[in-house]
Amino acid sequence: MEVSAEAKRVMVQALSKLYSSRTQRGGLRLHRSLLLTLVLRSARDIYHSARAACDSEEPLGPPAADPQQCPAEEAMETSGGRAETAVSVQEQPASRRESRDDKENESPAGAERQSRKRRGKTAAEPDFLPSKRARMDPSEERLPTRSGPGGCRGLRGTLASLPVSQAIAAF
Amino acid sequence: MAGAGGGSNDVQWCFSQVKGAIDDDVAEADIISTVEFNHSGELLATGDKGGRVVIFQQEQETKGQPHSRGEYNVYSTFQSHEPEFDYLKSLEIEEKINKIRWLPQKNAAQFLLSTNDKTIKLWKISERDKRPEGYNLKEEDGRYRDPSTVTTLRVPVFRPMDLMVEASPRRVFANAHTYHINSISVNSDYETYLSADDLRINLWHLEITDRSFNIVDIKPANMEELTEVITAAEFHPNQCNTLVYSSSKGTIRLCDMRAAALCDKHSKLFEEPEDPSNRSFFSEIISSISDVKFSHNGRYMMTRDYLSVKIWDLNMENRPVETYQVHEYLRSKLCSLYENDCIFDKFECCWNGNDSVVMTGSYNNFFRMFERGHRRDLTLEASRESSKPRAVLKPRKVCAGGKRKKDEISVDSLDFNKKILHTAWHPQDNIIAVATTNNLYIFQDKMN
Repeated sequence: MEVSAEAKRVMVQALSKLYSSRTQRGGLRLHRSLLLTLVLRSARDIYHSARAACDSEEPLGPPAADPQQCPAEEAMETSGGRAETAVSVQEQPASRRESRDDKENESPAGAERQSRKRRGKTAAEPDFLPSKRARMDPSEERLPTRSGPGGCRGLRGTLASLPVSQAIAAF
Repeated sequence: MAGAGGGSNDVQWCFSQVKGAIDDDVAEADIISTVEFNHSGELLATGDKGGRVVIFQQEQETKGQPHSRGEYNVYSTFQSHEPEFDYLKSLEIEEKINKIRWLPQKNAAQFLLSTNDKTIKLWKISERDKRPEGYNLKEEDGRYRDPSTVTTLRVPVFRPMDLMVEASPRRVFANAHTYHINSISVNSDYETYLSADDLRINLWHLEITDRSFNIVDIKPANMEELTEVITAAEFHPNQCNTLVYSSSKGTIRLCDMRAAALCDKHSKLFEEPEDPSNRSFFSEIISSISDVKFSHNGRYMMTRDYLSVKIWDLNMENRPVETYQVHEYLRSKLCSLYENDCIFDKFECCWNGNDSVVMTGSYNNFFRMFERGHRRDLTLEASRESSKPRAVLKPRKVCAGGKRKKDEISVDSLDFNKKILHTAWHPQDNIIAVATTNNLYIFQDKMN
């Protein structure tokens, strides 16, 4: 599951880079934001397809070989209150990516529209903000990460519903 | 003969000068952001993050020193851009000079265009070596005389004075770019120039500041559908209707302004299919083109992406005619380079005077030259250690893996904070200007 772990790491870093670029002098750099968004998307796709491969190998019960990944998914479910577009990861993993892809293809905004409270340039606390506690340590993933309404969303909860286009739409 | 003569490996590069503070603690304002020779090579301009422009002038070659070309000394320094604040968007506009482009000289004065993220300015640099003396109503020091004490009249005359170089802004081209300006390019008609930001390219007339024509616009109706941005643009060196622009997707589009008022539809699209075996998380980032430069003869153009330099024949769109790997050993390190942000570095590239050699920068203060005809390449280093006057630079080598030979440097000991993003080559001679973070190195070939 090295691919999956690496993909997650790449995503986390992309998010934190996107977030920190908001406070940079000179304003948001469109080129950099676009590249980060593309990396985020491809890492997310690879992450989910790696997850799908993992889940399809061991579809029933808590996978003994992969105790970290599935509880992480569960944590995502419980904490990702705004992740209804995530398409519950408990469903057929094989089709999950496909349905997500369809949503992606139809309208990039559509998938996220349900999850976003606000649209437009101002977003006081966008939901792809990394949690201040975001850690790479897998043992942390079992803790519910929701910190409260309006607070920083747990990173685990946002991985599934990344409004990747929001970074660009903010222009 | 310099420039026209032998290739990079026949040439022995020697240290000539270094400009800038020796201090290792670099002030951010001193970071060099652009380097450009003028058309004759007599003047060398640098722009920095603090919005300043420093121009160096080459001394006339003296009979006393026939073995070296004239040194470059400071000619003029001025503050080109100041930090600004866009109140509407609550955004600070950086004063960093993104590009400088010289205009060809038409009279005694020199003109250059300098740009930050939002505003382009035309500067006139002129010399004053005479001043009028003998006013009737003023003393020599400028104080006014009491008119009642004036008993005779005289005609003021010009007397020689110490040379003074003045820079004055002649035009300010503002408010035409929503996004950040990445390129400016003077047209071969010497009347117009283009400025390019992430999504648009505008055409200006040098005399007219209150309007510009938009000639390329790739902004999608829905910004969420954005897939690529413009990364660099340049006019053809002798066809005034032709321009190229590169994109973050690794493509280059050639546009003909005669075809339509809005050149959204390209005349040619240069793109090389991606090698699927090299696909990684970072493929999109490393294929983004950071610089595009026409050859002096206008037959070729060169592009720089993160790992390579490619030379394209304008008549062949489906692949470059030459590809040079700048630092292929970094391909396996892309993850760390992404973590430390180095993967977003934008390297520039340049041609020598007769288009036989191309040059670009790398990390560890290395810079690379590729000799086209002989397919030879050279790695040199800009460092204080090899800064003895006229010391010949020793070729460097990076050891990608396996047993490191003596004098080789291993990839892991490269200093990624020391990057050479900006280089320039004198238009005629083998003189190069290489910018490290805050120093400007000038190297020239060994003359015997």
